[in-house]
Amino acid sequence: MAYSDKVLDHYNNPRNVGSLDKNDPNVGTGMVGAPECGDVMKLQLKVNPVTHIIEEAKFKTFGCGSAIASSSLATEMLKGKTVDEALDIKNTVIVQELSLPPVKIHCSVLAEDAIKAAITDYKKKQEVATPVAQQA
Amino acid sequence: MKMPIYLDNHATTPMDPRVLDAMLPYFKEQFGNAASRNHAFGWEAEEAVERARKQIAELIGATAKEIIFTSGATESNNLAIKGVAEMYAEKGNHIITAATEHKAILDTCKHLEKNGFRVTYLPLQSNGLIDLEMLKEAITDKTILISIMYANNEIGVVQSIAEIGKIAKARGVLFHTDGVQAVGKIPVNVIKDNIDLMSITAHKLYGPKGVGALYVRRKSPRVQLTAQMDGGGHERGMRSGTLNVPGIVGFGKACELCQQEMATESVRLRTLRDRLKDKLTSELDEVYINGTMESRLPHNLNISFAYVEGESLLMGINDVAVSSGSACTSATLEPSYVLKALGAGDDLAHSSIRFGLGRFTTDDEIDYVTNRVIEVVRKLRELSPLYEMVKEGVDLSKVVWTAH
Repeated sequence: MAYSDKVLDHYNNPRNVGSLDKNDPNVGTGMVGAPECGDVMKLQLKVNPVTHIIEEAKFKTFGCGSAIASSSLATEMLKGKTVDEALDIKNTVIVQELSLPPVKIHCSVLAEDAIKAAITDYKKKQEVATPVAQQA
Repeated sequence: MKMPIYLDNHATTPMDPRVLDAMLPYFKEQFGNAASRNHAFGWEAEEAVERARKQIAELIGATAKEIIFTSGATESNNLAIKGVAEMYAEKGNHIITAATEHKAILDTCKHLEKNGFRVTYLPLQSNGLIDLEMLKEAITDKTILISIMYANNEIGVVQSIAEIGKIAKARGVLFHTDGVQAVGKIPVNVIKDNIDLMSITAHKLYGPKGVGALYVRRKSPRVQLTAQMDGGGHERGMRSGTLNVPGIVGFGKACELCQQEMATESVRLRTLRDRLKDKLTSELDEVYINGTMESRLPHNLNISFAYVEGESLLMGINDVAVSSGSACTSATLEPSYVLKALGAGDDLAHSSIRFGLGRFTTDDEIDYVTNRVIEVVRKLRELSPLYEMVKEGVDLSKVVWTAH
């Protein structure tokens, strides 16, 4: 199968590879997929507590080139968005941007799931963190 | 070094130039039909076919008359299994094979199951070998055929064929083997190995595509088959159809070359393969060899690089032609059923690469490929959340994954 230039670009030069401190209350971590399915994505985002804008996004992915490219692109798309804006990111945008063939659409779905999981984790932390802050 | 580098010799082999030279006249001046009995064109073609039949027979310790030409191993496998099943239907309706056979065997057996046959699919042990005791226990008085491949196309594990043949013979059951990956690469002898039927194909031993053969034993026992192709009664009535004379000539020449060169070639390839294996396993951690090294084709290495997905690895070594057992590289989107059968877990199947060395593989190519693979595996592990977790001491088997 031939890969699109964009997939190759993200595969060869993945953006925002790495990890953020998962214990930081401003960091949301999403991990989706399973090793026996052949893909696992870990996506993390860091939200500015004042502006609520995503300042940093990092990923690590075990998966095919399209899965790596989808998560790399996702981290690029997240940066600069508010949490609510990030929730609107749809897998179809990733499909279009990377010209993914039908068999690779699930990679983009996984990236969308990873974004949602990271935001859910972030929001959960905020809920826990807020009352604690009020008490103090 | 010529790029890309071909290390997928289990899929097909390039034709040896000497084979092509032998074939060329039979496309041009010597175009006759081997079945034309009354003129020189036919005689020449027939003579060439009979020479090839002998060359092929000699490679496997058979006699020329026991070689039936087909279009390739898929047809040979179909003819062997369906042909025996139909011919011996009165004797019994049970066939024994293995779960890791080629699809040409498995799907043929599934077809027969629909027509009232019973098929036992033996599992593999974790080393890739059939459990012979289990085989013995599977035989019933209804068993008419055992079909176990000589060497596996993915993991290169060579079965205890002579033992299996002996077991079959003792119970009066016919023994077929898919010899595609083994013939021409390691010594195969239908007498010593107690083989009754064997499928072979030319394009896996540096011959042309589109021509194969089925060895059908003629003495003790004399194996009979119901033809699957009706027509002019060619090939002792077992396979009608005008013979592919240039293809057959090439097949014969390819077998002759294998016989002459096997001893030196297999030693050279084994050395190269071991160099590849030793460097990969010493430079990288968490690599696993699939299937035993004790009983294996000399030119095969099937290895899993844990926490790295196979297709992404292939993408990184895009100037090297190899195969992966990863789901993403298969048409079915399922990981390799052969690797799954070894019981190592789907994750290692996703991470596997099959290297198939061949006659034209050079030392420089192996050194280049070794270094590329090491480089790309390291890079992908930097990207792998699994590798990170393992390094942090997380037990991946205890993690609750969101399977999809």
